[in-house]
Amino acid sequence: MGGHLNINHLIFLGQGALWTIGLSVIALIGGGIVGFVIALARISPLKSVRIASAVYVQLIQGTPLLVILFLGYFGLAAIGLQVSPLAAAGASLTLYVAAYLGEIWRGCIQSVPKPQWEAAEGLALSRTQRMMKVILPQAIRIATPPTVGFMVQIVKNTSLASVVGFVELMRSGQIVNNSLFEPFAIYAIIAVTYFAMCYPLSLFSQRLERRMGRGRSNLAPA
Amino acid sequence: MQQKPTSSESIVSLRDVQKSFGPLRVLDGVSFSVERGEVLALIGRSGSGKSTALRCIDRFEKVDGGEIVVCGHRVDRPDVDLRALRQDVGIVFQSYNLFPHLTIEQNITLAPCAVKGLATGEAKDLARKVLAQVGLEEKLHAYPEQLSGGQQQRAAIARSLAMQPKVMLFDEVTSALDPELTGEVLKVIEQLAADGMTMVMVTHEMGFAKGIADRIVFMHRGKVHETGPASILTSPTTPELTQFVGTGNLKS
Repeated sequence: MGGHLNINHLIFLGQGALWTIGLSVIALIGGGIVGFVIALARISPLKSVRIASAVYVQLIQGTPLLVILFLGYFGLAAIGLQVSPLAAAGASLTLYVAAYLGEIWRGCIQSVPKPQWEAAEGLALSRTQRMMKVILPQAIRIATPPTVGFMVQIVKNTSLASVVGFVELMRSGQIVNNSLFEPFAIYAIIAVTYFAMCYPLSLFSQRLERRMGRGRSNLAPA
Repeated sequence: MQQKPTSSESIVSLRDVQKSFGPLRVLDGVSFSVERGEVLALIGRSGSGKSTALRCIDRFEKVDGGEIVVCGHRVDRPDVDLRALRQDVGIVFQSYNLFPHLTIEQNITLAPCAVKGLATGEAKDLARKVLAQVGLEEKLHAYPEQLSGGQQQRAAIARSLAMQPKVMLFDEVTSALDPELTGEVLKVIEQLAADGMTMVMVTHEMGFAKGIADRIVFMHRGKVHETGPASILTSPTTPELTQFVGTGNLKS
């Protein structure tokens, strides 16, 4: 190829950006589902479940995402499981996001004042009913700002999926650069594109936090 | 579930109840009982164990020893059916603990629908009825934060009443309220007593206890120190109660 940056390069980068968004959505949905289970497991009445989920969280939080991605892609290949870059990246990010969201959400569930549990218990609601009808609706309000804030981390971290050959924004930038040799211009475009994706999320998170701050009295009666 | 009438039997009975928090012995052989329709006031200093005793009745605390029977449920046993127990027992807390994300109506209908399987329409009628009992019909669709402390506490009482408990427990329900709001809550409780509700209340309102309670249990250092009709507040026999009533009167 060689030559100058042209419309085809930009379309290619645009496709990469779309895959970045796609991978972020996969990570958020997968990590959200697993993370929800982790959050509930972390406060389970069963000690073994609490310990197992705590170990999971510590293991993932103590391991770089880059290493998890390598393990997911090359590790599975080594034991004979051939997975596509998308599957490897999606699965690795899901495990990674789940550990963090699980901890964030556990904190939110536990920050619902304890008397709310007792009041629900005093009304003879079962544990599931207490959780679904009393605690979670309050916890979700507390959890929304930090969750949106964490989504910014997810979007940025998908760039690491480039190492397993998944062509998202970062990888598509590398590919374009390999033909144009204009690293500064290309990575500047990539940086701006990431910023354009993350900044609205940051703003949204901040706005939610302000709104929560105003309504804090809603959450803690008396 | 346990529907057999306990006509002559006590609704609540504690016998030699023991409870420790770590090395601290909070209840040291507490015994008392509450008959149907009776109003019992638990009084005593902070730390005397009165709130713990009340919470043991609804099994918010597990006892270490002794026997507690509430509406036929053996509360001290590990296999007690907690949900059945709590359908028979209503509890109202110092901090109201209304659910902030639900309207007053939803606060009230939640448990009757979820626990007793009431239809929505029936539950809404019930909500209107119990709110009328506490004088808050017009707050049906308000959220808890839009109510004053006294109104929130009355709504919490209504929420508890909607489960049609056989006995109600009140844990210092006016301690977070100023004197004016205290009055409106006490009036509701007085009406309940007049309607024949069996009640156990932990209270610091000596005048109120004197007026409403059939029996006073004065707790001191984890023991029932003195017990008797409301008149023991005016003519106490132990120096501890004398001193307690004295300081109580000075405060109020």
